Amino acid sequence: MAAGVATWLPFARAAAVGWLPLAKKTMPKPPVDKSSRSDEILFVNVSGLRFQTWKNTLDRYPDTLLGSSEKEFFYNEDTQEYFFDRDPEMFRHILNFYRTGKLHYPRHECIQAFDEELAFYGIVPEIIGDCCMEEYRDRKKENQERLAEDTEASEATDAPLPPDSTSRERLWRAFENPHTSTMALVFYYVTGFFIAVSVIANVVETVPCRAPKGSVKDLPCGEKYALAFFCMDTACVLIFTFEYLMRLFAAPSRCKFMRSVMSVIDVVAIMPYYIGLVMPENEDVSGAFVTLRVFRVFRIFKFSRHSQGLRILGYTLKSCASELGFLLFSLTMAIIIFATVMFYAEKGTKGSSFTSIPASFWYTIVTMTTLGYGDMVPNTIAGKIFGSICSLSGVLVIALPVPVIVSNFSRIYHQNQRADKMRAQQKVRLARIRMAKKGTANAFLQYKEDGGLGDRDSDSTALCLKNRSAFEHQHHHLLHCLEKTTNHEFTDELTYSEVCMTESVGFRTSRSTSLSSQQGAQNNSTGCCPRRAKRRAAMRLANSTVSVSRGSVQELDTLHVKTTTVPPQTRSSLNARADDLKLNCGERDFTAAIISIPTPPANTPDESLPPSPAIPGILRNTRATAYTHDTVKISSL
Amino acid sequence: MGAVVGTLTMQTKQRKPSRDRTDDELEMTMVSHRPEGLEQLEAQTNFSKQELQILYRGFKNECPSGVVNEETFKHIYAQFFPHGDASMYAHYLFNAFDTTNNGSIKFEDFVMGLSTLLRGTLREKLEWTFHLYDINRDGYINREEMTEIVRAIYDMMGKYTYPAIKGDVPQQHVDAFFQKMDKNKDGVVTLEEFIVACQEDEMMMRSMQLFENVM
Repeated sequence: MAAGVATWLPFARAAAVGWLPLAKKTMPKPPVDKSSRSDEILFVNVSGLRFQTWKNTLDRYPDTLLGSSEKEFFYNEDTQEYFFDRDPEMFRHILNFYRTGKLHYPRHECIQAFDEELAFYGIVPEIIGDCCMEEYRDRKKENQERLAEDTEASEATDAPLPPDSTSRERLWRAFENPHTSTMALVFYYVTGFFIAVSVIANVVETVPCRAPKGSVKDLPCGEKYALAFFCMDTACVLIFTFEYLMRLFAAPSRCKFMRSVMSVIDVVAIMPYYIGLVMPENEDVSGAFVTLRVFRVFRIFKFSRHSQGLRILGYTLKSCASELGFLLFSLTMAIIIFATVMFYAEKGTKGSSFTSIPASFWYTIVTMTTLGYGDMVPNTIAGKIFGSICSLSGVLVIALPVPVIVSNFSRIYHQNQRADKMRAQQKVRLARIRMAKKGTANAFLQYKEDGGLGDRDSDSTALCLKNRSAFEHQHHHLLHCLEKTTNHEFTDELTYSEVCMTESVGFRTSRSTSLSSQQGAQNNSTGCCPRRAKRRAAMRLANSTVSVSRGSVQELDTLHVKTTTVPPQTRSSLNARADDLKLNCGERDFTAAIISIPTPPANTPDESLPPSPAIPGILRNTRATAYTHDTVKISSL
Repeated sequence: MGAVVGTLTMQTKQRKPSRDRTDDELEMTMVSHRPEGLEQLEAQTNFSKQELQILYRGFKNECPSGVVNEETFKHIYAQFFPHGDASMYAHYLFNAFDTTNNGSIKFEDFVMGLSTLLRGTLREKLEWTFHLYDINRDGYINREEMTEIVRAIYDMMGKYTYPAIKGDVPQQHVDAFFQKMDKNKDGVVTLEEFIVACQEDEMMMRSMQLFENVM
């Protein structure tokens, strides 16, 4: 219901007194109106800008934030006002909606910001007044299109393929995006070259070459060097056929591919050759065959795969189909009218070239397009008058739909430019996002490395915790809680993928044994890790999550050989790990764990334990965590 | 051909100015109306100053020009009864409020009507209702008028009711009304008959009291 209706409701209820004499039954009890009828002024403070309004004004729309009790959540007792931390400029429009009952869309605002404000205040955008609704809808549609383009660009086809794609998918991708692999690029350029060769051959064929000796006439080169041209044609057609068959094989949906425009062009380009091969050499059909050769010129359309501008032009013409249709229709109308008029105007004169109305079509077309060949000219006065009217109107009729087509082309072209720009920007943006994400992940890992986990000596913790905000503290604490809950730890992508690789290479058994030996050596109790088989199974679980750097794997081997208990490193976290390990072993209740490596280590494979103190911090980390990796907590759940 | 199109467009241009002139005239006649002072209204009605303020603010917001014409009134009233067609009853209601009979309700009319209905004495309310039913203002309610009113009320119910409204239900209702109200059986109901009959009706008196605190 509209706003004002709320104000009229008491009146309508009062008017119900008029029904009372007619009523057959007693009236029901009216609802108890708890709220006081007196009105008061409310103060609404939006980011410092104070608005005042009657309470009744806001109550007009009880299903919005300001009209319902939801606003009590924002009530500030001290200042006796409702405080909203939102855009005060936008709030002006929102409040006007309550006052006037019409929501207006401010044209200078971003459509998304406006939508968000509306969503916050619980106002449905559908009630935007008619004056602003069209603009709002246009902007919203434009924004959505742009976002759709963004998502399309983000899932762009030049993203890397999933590793388990079939050869068919890879082939298709190579055809569609030649930039993805060198082979595809080579193929792309080779086909382009052959298209050009074929087109040039077609053209040169018809140029008159010097006649062979003994003949007077000039022969076209096609007949003089028939064999050479035939060989070239064969080669081109072979390449095209091969390409077409490859595409057909690789296409994910063969029917759809066969129906697509490019495939039709391909077929039309190579058909004449095959038909020519098949057809016998008699005179009757060779005339038709010659016309078929005309279709060879369609090979030039194959270039549209290679040129984006050509594709845009084709797309524009397709999207302007209605305007083009209108142009054609109006031209046809005009041609018929003027041809008729000119024919009858020129009918009387002797030797006039306007022999029939269809013959006058030619004159009309030539005049309307301002070509003016002069092969047909009117001689009578009436004919000349109508001829001039014809040429003037021709200019007008052609000039009218052209700007529409031009603007369409411009819009599509710019859209395309924007898509390309967006794609380039997207790469940069994704890289930045990835770095930021890695930063936070690394921050947490660094935090743990620096001993922020809370169970160590105080002097090291004081140093490490100095540069973190309260937010980071709480965030890290949260992540730590999650780790404790699942009894897994966070690690980074590099080491995780390396684990996957090393696992596939088959380090499993050696590691398990080395680890078991390490375990045993470390803890002096075989009871910690009772059953090897079960542990191996758990190890498979653990391996998929255990992070190993390549260097540390090799160290494992060396460890395996050494089978010594390597003294724990000086990092306090290491101590904690070992302690934890002991504790856990005592409990006999293990869960597989991931040991984290804080930063992607600069792996130097040939470092042996124990490291020299001169090694820079990062490598020390590597060492330490490599070691902790050895003492990974394995368990059977 | 372009010349033909050109002459056509020129023709349409000439026709526009005359229409614009009538629009201008309409604009000038739409003058806003201001009510009498607050104290006067307070004296004339049974509302307090604050209540009048609240009422006027709502009224002015809906009708910035200060008057409600019948179309707007019908439109507003129809919003309360979306099931059926409230236009006829709204028409009669409009006439009941429009005491000056000039086709528009000013704020004074509005407030006086409300005052009678909500804060008036029993007799005032009954008189108001009588004036509502008496369409032609001749002091008598005859059968046709009553039938009109009853039919208008049933129209507001709409088509989908339970039990379904059959064709003769309004007529029966009118007959029942006349039976109750028309004491001397002369086919019309006068004001006195009406008031006496209503005061005798226990049910109605009870219902009247329920409407005390609408505002």
